[in-house]
Amino acid sequence: MGPMDLAKWCLAAFLAATSVQAAAQSATLRPPKDFSSVHDEPSRSRAMFIEAGKVIQSPRCLNCHPVTRRPTQGDDLHAHVPPMHAGKGGHGVSGLRCTACHGKANITTHLKGIASVPGNERWRLAPSSMAWQGKSLSEICTQIKDPARNGGHSLAEIHEHMAKDPLVAWAWQPGHGRVPAPGTQEEFGELIEAWIATGAHCPARN
Amino acid sequence: MALVKVNGRNVRIDGPDDMPLLWALRDILGMTGTKFGCGAALCGACTVHIDGGAARSCVTPLAAVEGKSITTIEGVGRTPEGAAIQRAWLSGEVPQCGYCQSGQIMSAAALLAANPRPTDADIDQVMAGNICRCGTYPRIRAAIKKAGDAK
Repeated sequence: MGPMDLAKWCLAAFLAATSVQAAAQSATLRPPKDFSSVHDEPSRSRAMFIEAGKVIQSPRCLNCHPVTRRPTQGDDLHAHVPPMHAGKGGHGVSGLRCTACHGKANITTHLKGIASVPGNERWRLAPSSMAWQGKSLSEICTQIKDPARNGGHSLAEIHEHMAKDPLVAWAWQPGHGRVPAPGTQEEFGELIEAWIATGAHCPARN
Repeated sequence: MALVKVNGRNVRIDGPDDMPLLWALRDILGMTGTKFGCGAALCGACTVHIDGGAARSCVTPLAAVEGKSITTIEGVGRTPEGAAIQRAWLSGEVPQCGYCQSGQIMSAAALLAANPRPTDADIDQVMAGNICRCGTYPRIRAAIKKAGDAK
């Protein structure tokens, strides 16, 4: 190994180490107080929503907010296996409900490839008006605030869903073989609460 | 341990809470009609009915079936939908190797119970969860239609 090769190797090792660190950092959430230096309130509101967006746009949330009426799976949002349809109420079709496979809790399997089958008491697909996949954070933000698309919910109720809903809580306890959403549900709830308190401003279109 | 009803009979299953129902049916109760395919709810071979609804027994822990009524391939012929499905399966000579057919019949019976006259799309949506490596899908679909009409 020549000196140039050694230098390249050291650089590569350094970059690899820092990218691992960056990945670890992205799995946490900054608390609202971290944004106190942003004095302009709408800007602070937008910045906190972007931070909360790390959760909203995590695969654990996106897979149940698909753009079609079929759920997706995995960190790459691939089509659900076996093929599954939401049905009318988001609980599957007549004769094959989500509960045929998804119980009240995650189930560890006896396989290497699929370590667990996820489960939750409230397991279901979000309605089509609440599709998030393929949308920008700006579009998702506008949609979340729109009662015509958010199930007629007030911002307080949106906060309740995000901070307290047991199905949302699943994103942080997703079972063996799945990466949890960043931070904790409590931290996510604090960001959403602070976002609402500062006027619930949405990030600019991108 | 779980107290359950299996095909109408009260049964006490002595097994750990996290034991899959499929294990209990086959290894404890000796009911081997329900098949192991993938072990992860991907293929449908282990389908049974729990309180009338289709369920994959390989990912259903014993703790989740306490007090429930379970129907397996051994008992489904005593339900109107199961009997109609079995007749249609025979007349259409649906099975080939047969391994997946317990699960196919259980899913088909659950479909008819929930939706007595399913369209092709209804059938495809439900039966997509049951894989057949012999590719008997066209005969399965035809038999379900026939059983639906016969009822």
